[in-house]
Amino acid sequence: MRLARRSSLPGFSLTLGITLTWLSLIVLLPLAALTLRPWELGIAGLWHSLTEPRVLAALRLSFGAATLAAAINVPLGLLIAWVMVRYRFPGRGLADSIIDMPLALPTAVAGISLTALFAPKGWIGALLTPLGIKVAYTPLGVLVALIFVGLPFVVRMLEPIILDLPADAEEAAATLGATRLQTLWRVTLPALAPTLLAGFGAALARGVGEYGSVIFIAGNMPMVSEIAPLLIVIRLEQLDYAGAAALGVAMLLLSFAILLVINRLQRWLIRT
Amino acid sequence: MADPHVTRLRHGALITLTLVLMTLLLLLPLGVIFTETFSRGLGAVLGALTDPDAIDAIRLTLTVAAVSVPLNAICGTAAAWCIGRFDFPGRTLLTTLIELPFSVSPVISGLVWVLLFGANGWFGSWLDQHEVRIIFALPGLILATVFVTFPFVARSLLPLMREQGAAEEEAALTLGATGWQTFFRVTLPNIRWALLYGVLLCNARAMGEFGAVAVVSGHIRGQTLTMPLFVEALFNDYDWVGAFSVAALLSLLALVTLGLRVLLERQMGGSRRDIF
Repeated sequence: MRLARRSSLPGFSLTLGITLTWLSLIVLLPLAALTLRPWELGIAGLWHSLTEPRVLAALRLSFGAATLAAAINVPLGLLIAWVMVRYRFPGRGLADSIIDMPLALPTAVAGISLTALFAPKGWIGALLTPLGIKVAYTPLGVLVALIFVGLPFVVRMLEPIILDLPADAEEAAATLGATRLQTLWRVTLPALAPTLLAGFGAALARGVGEYGSVIFIAGNMPMVSEIAPLLIVIRLEQLDYAGAAALGVAMLLLSFAILLVINRLQRWLIRT
Repeated sequence: MADPHVTRLRHGALITLTLVLMTLLLLLPLGVIFTETFSRGLGAVLGALTDPDAIDAIRLTLTVAAVSVPLNAICGTAAAWCIGRFDFPGRTLLTTLIELPFSVSPVISGLVWVLLFGANGWFGSWLDQHEVRIIFALPGLILATVFVTFPFVARSLLPLMREQGAAEEEAALTLGATGWQTFFRVTLPNIRWALLYGVLLCNARAMGEFGAVAVVSGHIRGQTLTMPLFVEALFNDYDWVGAFSVAALLSLLALVTLGLRVLLERQMGGSRRDIF
């Protein structure tokens, strides 16, 4: 019925035509090149190209650091989102609009700024050096950059959910004598769990592919602090197009697999 | 019930903790950019920004954005019109495909163009014969930018167009308006803030994109370095003040974008549309 009503508007074939043409040229054709290119290596060559120790180390670092950063961003994001939604204080609007800074700031700018902060003589680096903690030019630097870029995802996904959280369940729990921690643990967190998981997934997905904010602070030592996207760039510079595409496809497939698992887990959480 | 004093104290502590964390995580990186920029005084900054290579980088960034943003705005609006106003099979799939570039690493967004048009790419030898340069030249930078910013406009328009429905357009058509009149007099005024919102985010990303353009740029100074790539080049040359001066300019763009976004969100009736 809706179809019948809506189809009285003109412009369907024109706009659909534009959309499909543009989509095919800009998104589908390039992605087709990406998925077809690796196969020229043959199955054995493909396997060899993806199981080089340097590739495995880079994938481990990219996925490991992104997972850890996303896990750190979950409680951090929960705290920030909670305070932004539930409390009123001077400067709240400004603080809330600044949460998106990591996404608004060009990644290269974030990269050199974090490097300057955490370099041995930087504002934070100078404080950490006496403690024997090295952040810049180590895998820890990768983690710091990924925490920075992933934080807004968790906060922004949580805010509308916290806003809609029925206050009466919390009040009921409190009236029944639950302590604040019990209420948080038994009532609030379970209600937020699916969203926390979604935020975790979004931050993770972003972190895996992140490039600009990471390469400056990472130091890019092969086997140690070299991320997978950088290895793609290096392979391209060596004109190993198929190897670069293979690594790209592997990263995408791994990310999609993880997001699929998270999605399933989320559905299961909502059902129970 | 809890003692109100204790509650207030607890709230105060929680707010303070949050603000301290946010300062450390969000404001410090911003602060360090401007501090480093002006560490050698205003003269050094002006010198760095009026350097011919810097001016070329600024001009290139503006050119890339001036081509890719309007293209994506027109196509995004077309996509929002057909998906938001009509029901047809495959609509959901189309929406997913439009959003696909957001879930791809920036480096892959550049890589795909090299696979098509690079020296060893599908069309590489053909382009070479006809002396057309795409990779390591302006067209490559534009293509990579268009790919990365593809979803912004459609994404900011779609929820609004679905929500508004087609009643007003149908009324205009019944009263004898043509399709284009209806679009420009009825639809466009209704979606103008959301459209501007999408264009704003699209533009910020187009000017700030690094990974995708880094892959297709070839890093030729004065020719294929956009502002973010120029920041990298200066940084790698240990030109600290130069790198941070250009970075400061990009940070100003980010701050202006954030500010305008708040204003636009207010225009759109306070409902947050959180994409970036």
